[in-house]
Amino acid sequence: MLSNYLLSWIVFTPMIGFILVLLMPRDKVAWIRWTAAVFTFIPMILSFYLYAIMNPSDGGFQFIEKYSWISAFNIQYYLGIDGISAPMVILTGLLGFLSVFASWNINKAHKAYFALYLLLVTAMFGVFMSLDFFLFYIFWELMLFPMYFLIGIWGGPRREYAAIKFFLYTLAGSVLMLVVILAFYFNSTDPSTGRHTFDIVTLMNQANQGPFIKEFWIRLAMYIALFIGFAIKVPVFPFHTWLPDAHVEAPTAISVILAGVLLKMGAYGLMRISFPLLPDMARYTAIGLAILGLINIVYGALVAMAQTDFKKMIAYSSVSHMGFVILGLSSMTFIGFNGALMQMFNHGIITGMLFLLVGVIYDRAHHRDLNGFGGLATYMPIYAGITSLAFMGSLGLPGLSGFIGEILVFLGSIKVYPVIVIISATGVIFTAAYFLWAYQRVFLGAANEKYKGIAEINGRELFTLIPLVLIALFFGVYPVPFFNLVGPSLSKLLMMVGH
Amino acid sequence: MLLSTITLSDYLVLSGLLFSIGVFGVLTRKNAIAVLMGIELMLNAANINLVAFSKFIDTGLNGQIFALFSIVIAAAEVAVALAIVISIYKTTRTIDLDKEDTLKG
Amino acid sequence: MIEHYIWLIPFLPLIGAATNLLIGKKLPHAAVNIIAVGSITLSFVLSVITYVHLVSLPVEQRHFVDVVYTWIGLGSFQVNLSFLVDPLSTVMILIVSGVGSVIHLYSVGYMHGDKRYSRYFGFLNLFAFAMLLLVLSNSILLMFVGWEGVGLCSYLLIGFWFEKIENARAGMKAFVVNRIGDFGFIVGFLLLFTAIGMKTGTWSLDYGTIKSSIAIVPTAILTTVGILLFVGATGKSAQIPLYIWLPDAMAGPTPVSALIHAATMVTAGVYMVARMNFLYVLAPDALRVIAIVGALTAFFAATIGLVQNDIKKVLAYSTVSQLGYMFIGVGVGAFSAGIFHLMTHAFFKALLFLGSGSVIHAMSGEQDIRKMGGLAKKLPITTATFLIGTLAITGVPGFAGFFSKDDILYSAYISPYGGKFIWLLGLMGALLTAFYMTRLVILTFFGKPRMDHHTAEHVHESPKTMTIPLMILAVLSAVGGYLGMPGAFGVHNVFAQFLEPVFASGFKLPEGSLSLEWILMGISVLAAFSGIGVAYYFYAVNTELPAKTAERFKTAYTWLLNKYYVDEFYLKYIVGGVMKLKDLLSLFDSGIIDGAVNGTAKLGKKLSDFDGAFDRVVVDGAVNAVGDGVVSAGGVLRKLQTGLVQNYLIFAIVGIALLLSFVLL
Repeated sequence: MLSNYLLSWIVFTPMIGFILVLLMPRDKVAWIRWTAAVFTFIPMILSFYLYAIMNPSDGGFQFIEKYSWISAFNIQYYLGIDGISAPMVILTGLLGFLSVFASWNINKAHKAYFALYLLLVTAMFGVFMSLDFFLFYIFWELMLFPMYFLIGIWGGPRREYAAIKFFLYTLAGSVLMLVVILAFYFNSTDPSTGRHTFDIVTLMNQANQGPFIKEFWIRLAMYIALFIGFAIKVPVFPFHTWLPDAHVEAPTAISVILAGVLLKMGAYGLMRISFPLLPDMARYTAIGLAILGLINIVYGALVAMAQTDFKKMIAYSSVSHMGFVILGLSSMTFIGFNGALMQMFNHGIITGMLFLLVGVIYDRAHHRDLNGFGGLATYMPIYAGITSLAFMGSLGLPGLSGFIGEILVFLGSIKVYPVIVIISATGVIFTAAYFLWAYQRVFLGAANEKYKGIAEINGRELFTLIPLVLIALFFGVYPVPFFNLVGPSLSKLLMMVGH
Repeated sequence: MLLSTITLSDYLVLSGLLFSIGVFGVLTRKNAIAVLMGIELMLNAANINLVAFSKFIDTGLNGQIFALFSIVIAAAEVAVALAIVISIYKTTRTIDLDKEDTLKG
Repeated sequence: MIEHYIWLIPFLPLIGAATNLLIGKKLPHAAVNIIAVGSITLSFVLSVITYVHLVSLPVEQRHFVDVVYTWIGLGSFQVNLSFLVDPLSTVMILIVSGVGSVIHLYSVGYMHGDKRYSRYFGFLNLFAFAMLLLVLSNSILLMFVGWEGVGLCSYLLIGFWFEKIENARAGMKAFVVNRIGDFGFIVGFLLLFTAIGMKTGTWSLDYGTIKSSIAIVPTAILTTVGILLFVGATGKSAQIPLYIWLPDAMAGPTPVSALIHAATMVTAGVYMVARMNFLYVLAPDALRVIAIVGALTAFFAATIGLVQNDIKKVLAYSTVSQLGYMFIGVGVGAFSAGIFHLMTHAFFKALLFLGSGSVIHAMSGEQDIRKMGGLAKKLPITTATFLIGTLAITGVPGFAGFFSKDDILYSAYISPYGGKFIWLLGLMGALLTAFYMTRLVILTFFGKPRMDHHTAEHVHESPKTMTIPLMILAVLSAVGGYLGMPGAFGVHNVFAQFLEPVFASGFKLPEGSLSLEWILMGISVLAAFSGIGVAYYFYAVNTELPAKTAERFKTAYTWLLNKYYVDEFYLKYIVGGVMKLKDLLSLFDSGIIDGAVNGTAKLGKKLSDFDGAFDRVVVDGAVNAVGDGVVSAGGVLRKLQTGLVQNYLIFAIVGIALLLSFVLL
């Protein structure tokens, strides 16, 4: 019973929480918080359960729920999950739950905040599970709406600018996507019914695509339009500038969600939609993708080095790290794909950690200027220790999961794009430089008297960080379960798109 | 004899004069009562016409009966008009028509 | 039996590290000591057992792999956490765990009373783990894990006393410079990986696979890979051009300098080249590059060492120089000679550093040798052991350094990849080494005390935990060389013989004549003694001379004192360049890219403003004009509505009059 509707339960449990929160009186803050915690905890546990009972060796879609929804247009309620989406669902579950605790010190309009937050979680789960293009689009857009308010109301001083920028940018991307979705719909036939279809799985079969969208230029245009839609989310240079603004202004928990889950949707979209639906174009443009990956890696690292805002630095480090994902995807090799997906997962874990850590210091010092601290390791040894671990993970130190993703991307891409990989590898130098430089400025040196008596990291904050630390360590030394989970699905993808 | 020398035009001239005096009164007096008196003059000028035409042109008594009706209605009209004037006076403490311009657009 | 417990050798220190880092703060110091020193000592015991086991096997079977689990498994691409035991790795684990144990023990005394005591030992154990992983790994990728791990520990320990920002900066410099080397290393193994994979279809980074398929890779690629891997080595092992971090790394606690920055980590590059010998022998040009860089480093670092005044800086440049010798050794194809020097250097340089630590300890933290002098009386054990270390490094016959350095110089002379030039540079370096070490000893331990009164009162010999390690290392420095006695003495070179199977596939140095060997040995002994003699004359006999010489050759002296301004050069052109680039890119990002985004938004807004204006003025304007016309007409007409009944009547009458006049007239 449960497993028949497992995916729906995961998607809509936060929605139940959303309704409950709306029904609660607004001054019962504790009730609201704990409702949010419980209704994100349940889907997290369910997503773990999902991992436990799914059969990854199959590589196909599992736990499928398929119902006709708007039959006039052959729109389905179609959920399913495979090795590519499973890690993303687990990541969403985990970060969705932990970020509730990072939202503990939201200080205004709790009811609205947590209601929107729960809605956001539902939408995120939905995106990763939808197998119907229309449903995918609905969840994709549904995610925008709470995000806009979460940044725009609970954000920092320039929150409105950031929220509008985020919203318009993403919307611009989704409009392009919508055009492509409709192009697919009107040029497709479902072989079983003969009708047009939004079914992604059906569309993956090239035979079901109509003659109009077989034209080279049309396909290229569709691919590029889809790519821009996803590239904005990743974000790929030069569509990345919404990210630093959104991150800097968003409250801690929302930064975590943004970096940890939302950025993954772009890359996930490429893997789930762009590649299988337009494999010829994916191959045709792969070199361009690789170059963009290279730019992301090196450019992101150098710009991160120039930042003086702690959060902005991490935002640009995200740009750099997501470049590895792009490079790995562009390689069209098994190792490269595995590296890219691993990197997506790791980036969620490690960057999530980094944003939580920035939140800790921001709550205490009320600023994030890297030059305004100094010697904090004296006052906050545990905090400094965890931060160094997160920094090391992020700069790709072996033994932590970040390394596995990056090195696999390199190993997978080197034979396809040797020159690009070699230039990208300079990123390891710059990344080390900016992280260590930041660490030195914030934590090392003589203790800054101004922060004497600053509180050490507390239990609640540790509770949000420790699981992420453990995961980063675990996958650093034993990533095999991850590869077992994603491998078969990636081989399937590779068969569709590979050379 | 004397009566027979008075012709229809004499009556009409008389009534015309009366009517003109009435109109003049209505247009120029500021006192609402005086305006009402002017209206009375105009009504009675009309009554004179009715009776005169009845005498000289018509063969029956229609005109004279009409004049009687007119007199009765004029009496009722004066009663209503006076009541309005009194109520205006009660609210505005004046019956000077130049000051009663609340309908001004 | 031991084959399946090899993994314990690196993992015991890891467990120690985890314990001390997580709960060490709550433990008493005694417990911290037992965990830290105990775990590394156990590793040493296991290493010895491994060694005993290995030599009990027939020569051709001295090679086994302990697979712990599959670390990365992607279809056919498998990287196992597996440990390779062969003579080379056995020598390395013996050195690392042996010298490591001694230095751990020394640290107990040295770090006594430090407020982050347990953390220090946690880091030190972590280092031991990473280093053992590096030397035991069975694939380049796993070696890279250790490679980065030791770099991390080096960073953490250099900046251990992070309250002083200089220490933190030195740590960062070490890490970032190492990362530059790592860039070369990564690219090197990526190229090797793809070259072999494309040729054979086997995608692997295991030494075994690489070794068996290396022959089919074109020489040009092998040379490139060899040089790139060596770039990694120049970072880790402080060679030109990336040696600049090592002298700064002396900011760390002295035992750290001894263990990491002298005995073990910095030799990782040498080990790597020796481990990849099967690749290098097929890439002679890469070997030549290594030999030349090694020789230049050996010479130039020694010249800088001549004039440094910080006791640890002298030793640091000496380390850079000695590492150069090791690279000459492996660069000319004499791999076992390089590893032999690695071992003897580990003994005597660890000894010298620990001795300097003992001096610094006695001097209440003073490191400037100009403020020392005459310490011999008060620090008898330190002085005696330091002297032995000095004799060993200068190459006085009979001591460890003599045999190993001589082996290298001889090999350099006869090797086709070496030659007279490299030999000459090495010889000059030896002369300079003898000079600066003698200078160091005389200025530190002999002559008149030059420290202030207060410091002088506190000078005392170090506790037993510190002197016992000194004595152990002194014995090793004295006799360690006999393991590798050269053939000229009419005995087998036991050390080289033991390592033979690892380097067997490689090429053989040409047979030199016995007389040549004796002549070269004589020359290098002469060089060592003349270096000692000149230094003795300068600093003990005619003590005016150094200052005069410095005055006379002022330009040269200033250049040496400032280390040829290499740091300044790098800072200005490389660091400065990157700083400029990042600022430029940041401006580009916020100005051009974000500017374009905001520009688009502004344009959109302008467009909508224009649209809005059109809508307001033209479309709405028309509608409003009609309305306005009606309103204004009404405004005129309403004037007629005076509210005065009499006016209305006038209008009515005038109207009637007009009508009548129209009708009647």
